[in-house]
Amino acid sequence: MTATTRTLGAARPGGRLGLGWIFGPPALLFAAFFAVPIAALAWRAGSSGELAANLTSPSALDALRLSALTSTVVLVAAVLAGTPLAYLLARRDFPGKMALDLLIDLPIVLPPTVAGVALLVALGRQGVAGQLLDRWGIDVAFTTAAVVLAQLFVSAPFYIRTAKAGFESVEPVYEGVASTLGASPLRTFFRVTLPLAWPSLVAGAILCWARALSELGATLIFAGNFEGRTRTMPLAIINAFDSGKSIDVPIALSVILVAAAAVLLLLLRVLARGAARNRA
Amino acid sequence: MPQIGRLTLAAAVLVAGASIIASACGGKAQSGGAGTPGAGLRSGTLTVFAAASLTDAFHAEATAFRQAHPGIDITFNFAGSPTLRTQLAQGARADVLATADMANMQEALKAGVVRDAGVAFARNRLTIIVPKSNPAKIETPADLAKPGVKLVLAANGVPVGTYARQAIAKMAADPAFGADFAKRVLANVVSDESDVKAVVAKVQLGEADAGIVYTSDVTKAIMPDVFMVAIPDAYNVIADYPVAITKGAKRPDAAQAFIDFLLSVNGQAILALNGLTPVASSH
Repeated sequence: MTATTRTLGAARPGGRLGLGWIFGPPALLFAAFFAVPIAALAWRAGSSGELAANLTSPSALDALRLSALTSTVVLVAAVLAGTPLAYLLARRDFPGKMALDLLIDLPIVLPPTVAGVALLVALGRQGVAGQLLDRWGIDVAFTTAAVVLAQLFVSAPFYIRTAKAGFESVEPVYEGVASTLGASPLRTFFRVTLPLAWPSLVAGAILCWARALSELGATLIFAGNFEGRTRTMPLAIINAFDSGKSIDVPIALSVILVAAAAVLLLLLRVLARGAARNRA
Repeated sequence: MPQIGRLTLAAAVLVAGASIIASACGGKAQSGGAGTPGAGLRSGTLTVFAAASLTDAFHAEATAFRQAHPGIDITFNFAGSPTLRTQLAQGARADVLATADMANMQEALKAGVVRDAGVAFARNRLTIIVPKSNPAKIETPADLAKPGVKLVLAANGVPVGTYARQAIAKMAADPAFGADFAKRVLANVVSDESDVKAVVAKVQLGEADAGIVYTSDVTKAIMPDVFMVAIPDAYNVIADYPVAITKGAKRPDAAQAFIDFLLSVNGQAILALNGLTPVASSH
């Protein structure tokens, strides 16, 4: 907050109504639109009295374990495979760069169900590449590997996008100085570029992780829904809802995902603030 | 047994054909008659929540129903029976609920979302389906226990999932299938889908080696993609479909007219045309 920032509702000179007063009520109403469902979820979970029991049931624990495992594998894979791609997109010109850039944005805007169908026709047993894999005895459909692929497809673009912006923000001058001092390109990358782009890479990784945790549509279509193998938290919520048993189970599982997402976003804010302070 | 099944089907088709012709010729004359239930309904929308396995049949029923009651628009919500029940219990608006088993209708009654336990209007049978390429070489139900078969079922609690597990248990009780048949088959399950149409899709795409669905799910549209492996009567499970008016129905009159239509000769014939078994009763 700088000194010139007007506080909400402060009267303008001349007694005219400030925008804070005019925009405030609709803004508040819209804020309630987001707050009420989340609060209702927390309230229902708390008042059921069986939150702990619902969360420690074997099927809930299986889903938690699977979600933690798959989203972490996705995170590592996205960082390892996404960093070189993000760097090249930020720093090099090559034929087809525009198309590649667009391609990587696609999963961000596409419905995940489209991702699921696309993965199925590519890597499914009857799929274009899947038939080859099948011949080698590799069958990914209905396995945990399929869950990882589905999550990676929809979430890695968030990392690549953010990392690319991070690399673009690094002044090429620094890299130039390092190489005139005799540092190899790889050494320059690890000692100069990477540390400077670090906050963006971490932010991208967090976004990627959060998106992987919440992935549902592509997984349902490509990996199926089986406890302990492909039933991650979002699928467990669908399953609990579809079983027609108590609504308290899907509520309890939802609360966990809300908490995880909130923690991840908070972490993102803290990191962004730290990075801003470092730069200043 | 298969011959008798085919004969029944042929008879049903004949009856259906005849009744459709009859209705086409006499439709106008009938619609004003005192015997036609719900004739002269005020126009409006009727919302029907129905088990996913009724998708094709109910679309056909709606087309025919609209001819008798041009003012009534029918909107459908098709899903697994437990999903429909949960949606209604959470405040979804509907006039009619049709589930694929009595158990889910009883639960709906307990939850206070339907007026009564409803009336049975159709039956269905189970069949195994495999992709045309039949990658796991499944020729008989016993083959479901072969190691490595990717079997897709609906989740337990979804009627067709419950029925499928009952059929597997019946086979397991027969010494011919081997002592641990049920255990070996259930170990082959790779996905618990939330409704029968999701099971069909996984088999149709060739992702799954086999699935257990209703015979009515093997529609003309998917016949080119799958083979049926019959489950003999001794192990098969007959699904009973009840239909009821919901507690919050805005158009109970139209709901009753729709239910009466389902139970009428025309309605039953349309069900038969769509692979369901009409209820043999006094209707």
